[in-house]
Amino acid sequence: MKDQQEQELLKGLAQSDRKAIETVYRDNYNLVQALVVNNGGTADDAKDVFQEAMVVLYEKARSAQFKLESSIRTYLYAVSRRLWLKKLALQNRMQVVADAEAIDLDVAEDVADEAEKARQHIAMEGALGQLGEPCRTLIEAFYFKKKNMGEIAALLGYTNADNAKTQKYKCLMRLKKLFFAQAKTAS
Amino acid sequence: MNEQQLTELIERYIGGEMSPDERLYFEQLRKSNPEVDSAVVEHTLFAQQLDRYAGVKDFKAKMTGVHNTLAQSGAIAPGSQKSGGRVVQLFHRYKRTAAIAASIAGITALSISVLVSSINPGAPTADIANLNRKLNELNRKNQEQDRAINKVAQNVAAPVVSYKRGGTGFLVSTQGYLVTNAHVVQDATNIAVQSNSGKEYATKLVFTDAARDLAILKIVDSAFKAPAQLPYSIKKGTADIAEPIYTLGFPRNDMVYGEGYLAAKTGLNGDTLTCQISIAANPGNSGGPILNRKGEVVGVLSTKQTSAEGVVFATQSKYIYQALATLQEDDTAARRIKIPAVPGLKTTDRTQQVKKIADYVFMVKVS
Repeated sequence: MKDQQEQELLKGLAQSDRKAIETVYRDNYNLVQALVVNNGGTADDAKDVFQEAMVVLYEKARSAQFKLESSIRTYLYAVSRRLWLKKLALQNRMQVVADAEAIDLDVAEDVADEAEKARQHIAMEGALGQLGEPCRTLIEAFYFKKKNMGEIAALLGYTNADNAKTQKYKCLMRLKKLFFAQAKTAS
Repeated sequence: MNEQQLTELIERYIGGEMSPDERLYFEQLRKSNPEVDSAVVEHTLFAQQLDRYAGVKDFKAKMTGVHNTLAQSGAIAPGSQKSGGRVVQLFHRYKRTAAIAASIAGITALSISVLVSSINPGAPTADIANLNRKLNELNRKNQEQDRAINKVAQNVAAPVVSYKRGGTGFLVSTQGYLVTNAHVVQDATNIAVQSNSGKEYATKLVFTDAARDLAILKIVDSAFKAPAQLPYSIKKGTADIAEPIYTLGFPRNDMVYGEGYLAAKTGLNGDTLTCQISIAANPGNSGGPILNRKGEVVGVLSTKQTSAEGVVFATQSKYIYQALATLQEDDTAARRIKIPAVPGLKTTDRTQQVKKIADYVFMVKVS
């Protein structure tokens, strides 16, 4: 019964369903915040750590071959704990984390994957930031909002869809270039 | 097919917008053309990146919204209020570190003070007395050393002075008073005179008169032996034009004899202090005596006109008397200066005169 509920929640997360996000958030945030605040962090640190863990879960839920071996709560706690330990290590403040719950879940791989993905996310953000208008709007409209070329031509004031297509192609090429340049400097 | 069209095809292919026929054709193209295939793979990956970026961005934005809603409704602990202000946050963050640091510091301070007090058991008075005695001993040793150093210092010869300029001077008294040019000894720190035989005597400047370009030196060296009597006198009046004269000087390291005649009774531009003579003179001749046939000093060779050849000026000898008179006013020793009224070599021939007089003419060395 509980399993059923969790599967539904994960599906919701994968679709970025606000209700599912809210449920997971409400059920687990306090636990993670207690962990971080009790181990030398602030509430803001806790928020960052928890949201990062949520993204890890979101990515997992979206991938086709995903199967969660534990409860959502345990998974989020384990990932948050690992993330927070990493942050402490970066600040040279290694500490023994006082655990609120006993865990025996290995999330090292997921967290490492997430770190790589986060780098790419930042690279893409940087590339889009450098792209400039109207390219940015065009790319976002086509790839993020999935609008068709006719709508985009109307939105940006191109005379017809073909013009918008040519423009989109040019913008895409530039974005690729920027993204790979960003990814290179970031790594 | 250009790249734009290819990209468009790829996008439609990935998006599943192709008709079955078109799809079949495109897949065949992929197989036959590796370039198209790699373009498809690359674009697929990039599209995934974009898609993922959009998804995460959207997810994050929703989470922020959820967080704010939940925080407002009180469903999640409002952490920021709980942790208080920045200082309180910092305190919470670092309290453990601070406590450890403080206790380490405390322990270190305590152990050092314990260590110091155990190693250093007070200062007994006996030690102080000892120290005092040692100080006295040190003082005594210092004095001994001072004495030793003084002894050594007395034995050390006076530093060798290298003289850079020079001129000529001649004795005007047997006590060691010499006349030379003021410009020869100008700005001098050390003055020495060297006799024709090569003996050097330390000398001090006792009088200068820049206007007449005269200076009087006194040999202060104990090695100086006073000669018997001056072989020449000094003329009180003015010499006559065409009178043959000669001079002795040190334009180089050996004494040089020069012969000429009195050319004019006045010097450059009618200067009455000097007279013009015609004689071969070089730097170093300055301060040399100008003597006439009778062995009377009639002047002191001083300057040379640079714009004309063989035009030399000499300070007239009567001003030597004036200079001596001024000197005698405040130098009691100088009052004993007696200049012969009659030249002693009046009848001797020139060669014998010069031989005699040479002992009374000195090279003046200045540094």
